Order: sequence, then C-alpha cells, then structure tokens
Amino acid sequence: MNFDWSFLASQSVAPRLLSGLATTLELFVASWIGGLLVAFVVVGLRAIPFPPLGWIMRIFVEYHRNVPTVVQIMVWYFGVPEVLPDPIRQWINQNQSEFIFAAIALSLNVSAYFSEDVRSGLRAIPKTQLEAARAIGLSAFSAMRYVTVPQAVRIAVPPLLNRTLILFKDTSLAMVIGVAEMTYQVKAIENLTFRSLEVFATATIAYLALSLTIMGLGAWFGKRFPPTFKA
Amino acid sequence: MLELIQQYGVLFLVGSWPNGPLGGFAATLILAFLGMLLSFPIAIVIGIARTGGLRAPRLLATIWVYAFRGIPLVMIIFWAYFVLPRLTGIAVPAFVTALCAIVVYESAFLGEIVRAGLQGLPAGQAEAARSVGLSYGQTMWHVMLPQALANMVPSIVNQFVSTIKATSIVYIIGVQEVTFAAQQVNSMEVGKAFQTFMALACFYFTVCYLISLIAQYLERRMHRRQMGIA
Amino acid sequence: MRTNMIELDGVNKWYGNYHALSDVTGSVTNGEVLVVCGPSGSGKSTLIRTINRLEPIQRGTIRIGGEDIYKQGKDINALRAGIGFVFQQFNLFPHLSVRQNITLSPVKVGGMSRAQADELADSLLAKVGLAHKADAMPANLSGGQQQRVAIARALAQRPPVILFDEPTSALDPEMVGEVLSVMKQLAQDGMTMMVVTHEMGFARDVADWIWFMDEGKIVERARPDQFFTSPEHPRAQKFLSDVLRPHSVSSH
Repeated sequence: MNFDWSFLASQSVAPRLLSGLATTLELFVASWIGGLLVAFVVVGLRAIPFPPLGWIMRIFVEYHRNVPTVVQIMVWYFGVPEVLPDPIRQWINQNQSEFIFAAIALSLNVSAYFSEDVRSGLRAIPKTQLEAARAIGLSAFSAMRYVTVPQAVRIAVPPLLNRTLILFKDTSLAMVIGVAEMTYQVKAIENLTFRSLEVFATATIAYLALSLTIMGLGAWFGKRFPPTFKA
Repeated sequence: MLELIQQYGVLFLVGSWPNGPLGGFAATLILAFLGMLLSFPIAIVIGIARTGGLRAPRLLATIWVYAFRGIPLVMIIFWAYFVLPRLTGIAVPAFVTALCAIVVYESAFLGEIVRAGLQGLPAGQAEAARSVGLSYGQTMWHVMLPQALANMVPSIVNQFVSTIKATSIVYIIGVQEVTFAAQQVNSMEVGKAFQTFMALACFYFTVCYLISLIAQYLERRMHRRQMGIA
Repeated sequence: MRTNMIELDGVNKWYGNYHALSDVTGSVTNGEVLVVCGPSGSGKSTLIRTINRLEPIQRGTIRIGGEDIYKQGKDINALRAGIGFVFQQFNLFPHLSVRQNITLSPVKVGGMSRAQADELADSLLAKVGLAHKADAMPANLSGGQQQRVAIARALAQRPPVILFDEPTSALDPEMVGEVLSVMKQLAQDGMTMMVVTHEMGFARDVADWIWFMDEGKIVERARPDQFFTSPEHPRAQKFLSDVLRPHSVSSH
C-alpha cells in the first residue's frame, strides 16, 4: 500500500475533489442560513400564546430531533415529489433537485435544534432581569434588546456552534441522494480508479481542517465572551 | 401508510429473519446497543486521560476526540471498510465493519461525556480521597467514577438516541438494518415512496422519542436529588 | 525529649508570579495545638495545604515527625494516611454511608479487615457523638454532624497529627460549638493539631501557640494570653480589633 501524492493532481481526481469541496461548502452555508432563519421564525411563533400553534411547533421540533437526518433527506427527495402537483414535479425533475431537497431537509433539521438552543438561552435569563429592566422604564422590546438578548446570546452560542459543526458533517449524508459533495466524489473517484488511500486521506484532512476551525471558533468565543461577563 | 406497515411490518422490524440474517429495527437497536457497550471502556480511558495529570495520555486522548468528532461518520465507515480487511486479512462482514466504525465514533462522544462527568464533581472529593491516603487509581475507582457515572446517566441515554439515529447511514455498505429494509420496500412498491419513508421515520421517531423522554425523566430526578444535597 | 511533629524551614510558594508563601519557618511540638490566623489572602489556608502536599512548594523543607515529606521515594499516599486533614467544606463522600466514609482508607490503604475497620469506625463515631448515625448517608446529616464525621474519618488511620483548614467557617453559627468541642476534646487527649480558624475563642482556650500571618509571612508568633492582650505587630493589632469588636453602624 503505497502513498502517491501525484495521483491526486491527476485529471480525474483533483477537479472532482475540489468540486466536491465546493458543493459541501455551498450546501453547508445554504442550510446554515436557512436553518437560522427558520429557527427565528419558530422561536417567534412559539412565543405567541396560542396553544395549537405551540403544539405544531413542538411536533416540528420533536420530529426533526428524533428522526435520523439521512431519513429526513430521503423523505424529502423520494417522498415529497410524489405528493406534489405535476407542474412542480416536472420543474423539479429538470433542475438540480437533489441539492435543493438536501438543503431543505438540512435547513429544517438544523432549525429545530437552533430554535431549542435559542429558547434555552432565553430561558436561562431569570425573570428578575426583565423586571429590573421594566422597572427602570424600558419597554418590553427594549428590555429584550438591551438586557435579555445580550446575556442570552452568550449562553446560546456554544450549543449553536456545536450544532453548526454537526450540520457541517451532515452535509456528507446528502451523498445518498446523489448530491456531488465531497464524500460522494471520494466514492466516485474510488470507483473509477480503485485507489482509495490518497483520496480518503485528502478528504479526511479537508473535513478535519474545517471542523477544527469551527471548534476553534467556539473555543475563542467562549473565552472572549464568557457568560459570566468577567472582564 | 397503515396497509404498508401491515404488509411490510415484519420486514421493517426484523428484516428477512428467520429466512435470513436478523435485520430491520432489531438490527438497528442491536448495532446501537453493542456500539455503545463496546465503546464504553474506551470512553472511560479517554475521559480519565483527558482529566489526568500526565501529558502524553492527555494529548493522545485529545487528538482522538477531536479527530473522531471532526470527521463525518460516513467517512469513518469508508475508512473501516477500507482498512479492516487489510488489517485482518479476511473479508469482514458489513455488520462488523459498521460496528467498528460506530464504536470508534462513539468513543469520542462518550469520552467527552465521561470527562464532563469527572470535571463536574466538586474538587473537594478528589482532595478528600487523596488526603486519607488513597492512591490516584483508588480515588478514581472508589470515589470519582461512581459519582461521575451516576451523574452521567441522562447524557448517556441521550447519546444512545444519537447512536440509534447514526446507524441509519450504515445501509450504504450493505448492513441490513431498518433503513435498508425501507429501501427494499421502496424498490418493490412503485408510487409509495412517501408512505414508505414516512413509515421509516415513524419507527425511528417512536423509539427515539420514548427513550429521550426517559432521559428527561432521569435528568429531572437527578436534578432534584442534587438540589436536596446542595 | 519533646520532638517536633511539624517543622517548616524557609517554605516558599508562588502561584505564577504571585508570592503566596514567603520564607515560612516554624515548628509544632508533639502534643501542641497551633492556631494560624490572619486576614483573607494571608496564605494561611495555602500553608496548611502544603503540609500534606495538596499544594506543592517551590522552595524550603517540610518535615513531619522528622522526615522530609518531599524525600526521594516517599510514598505520598502513606504520608497522607498518616496525617489527618479536615476541610472547610467537609468533603464527605456522598455515595458512601457515614461508616463507609470512615473505613474506606483503613481498608484500602491500611490493609485492615472490614470487621476491624467497622469496629474502629463505630468507636470513632462514638467519640464524636454520632454512634447512632453510622449507617446514615451524609446528605441526611446537618453540617455540624458532617464535619464531625469528617473528623472521625481523619482519625481513622490513627495519625499523630491533624490539620484543620477553617473547620467551622462553612457552618451555621449554632453548629460551630459542637465541632469546636470535639476539637477541644482531641486537644485535651494530647493530639498534635494545626488549626486555621477565625474562632478566636477556641484559640484563646485551646491553643498553645498562635501564628498570625499576613501577605504570605508569619508576622507574629505568641502565646495566646500575650497575643490577645498585647499583640506587637500593627497588622495583628488591627486584625484583632476588627475581629473581636464587631463593626457598629452609628445611628444619628
């Protein structure tokens, strides 16, 4: 078993790996932004005192937390087109539906976790803080903005970053529906060339580099913005 | 969807058993359970190494944890699939390959849970144990680990839920667990993809949700007990 | 001949750049009770923790019963089993019963049989007035009771010396007395004791010597009657006036 770096530079390998990396990053960023947006919507909706809405949100969150991510992707890609009306289905078949469905599935999945992390951050701030803020004359909105949210953010960011790391790794699951992200390309190259070691190693290093960056970001944030506000 | 479950229920639950290997959700649970069980001793070693005073084990354990937390499980499975036959010289069955990948993957996460459990104990416990003359090993075995493990139970149960979900990817190397069963059904039935995969989702949801409720109950009970002591 | 149970010679300790203990020298004779007092941050807790090697020192020597505790090849666990240590936060093992807390070290380190250890535990519990609580769990005991169990635990290996690190500081006022009276009894029975405490009444009644520490140094050493009636060092004078005469808020 010998290691041949030059193999990586060859035509069938390097472009494929780079394109896979690009797709991984695109999927990651799209799902992260989508997830964050949906999460804020969920948090907002859950704040409305209307029980049936609360129940629907609760089911949304529990579904996405208890069903494996890859199964969620399968439900979207294999299952949903079936129940959609024909014109939409045709449009889907003509466009890059794999990526879109993977992005939708991952966005909704991560949004469920994000919304819970944000909510527990908010819950961690004692009610007395809000009372004190109102007592000095701040409106409900200002109290949220200047008192509750700055404190809640410091508590919520570590679990949010942890979930971001998991999202990054979960992009590899999209390969099962044919999204040409990095793991998919690794398998494709292996099938083509039967040389696995160099490709595995490179993809592994790429994943590790980005994961460690995300973990490092989390560590930096925890040090720079500790929840105890010590100078 | 109900007729689908009625028709293929057995396939979902136990695969082609008894006419073949045990599959379906039974295989999922066995894989998850064995994976956690076998990774537990490794996790304890890692957790102790990470909190210990010796630099070399601490560094190695830290590298192990960061490495396996930073790589997608799919890649670990590919590595296992590639490395194991070369290491052992025999054709390793898919289930065993998947199990090895899961054990290694879980050991990093469980190792962190053990570390958190040990670090969450008041510093005075270790000091008191050392002050009456217990060695490091005796302190760990008689005083630290029993208390840490009791505190870790809710986290371990939650990790079990994560493991069950993680096993869903191993069908790609041919392990016949429940997602594999769903793929089989999907290939047999035309136009019922939504029902099939929704049924699959329901299987996971039911079990994982119930287990996570147990974890929440255990967490509340532990919290109440700790408040009583404090 | 009276021997020195504890000998400190030029003990220095740094936390990074912070000089926590500065040239601490002194000794405690067999059978004596030494009280170490001083304002917070003076290093008194740090000092007592260096004696059973809970905190390392960077310079100087510490001898227990004539032996250097940092000697090459010294069995640190045997050393600690031979020194009793009582913590401010008691630090009983919550998952073990009171009796098990006491027997853990004699059985695992001292090699005693379980039956012998149980007997020993029961007699020690009787000594501290808690014989009826042998099977109780620490969580079901009051703070004062827990601390008395901690004292019994420290006595289990029959050490020739016991160190107390602010033993009553974490107790509600009404429980301080029961712990102090156990300590007083130990002193009367001839135990060598080194006690870091704010309880000046105990110091006046029981101590043979008092060391007053400030900023990592021992600035005054005196017999109790001399210390309380005419302290020499200005810091000691200020400390005593703060401690013995509680601040009053003047009302106009």
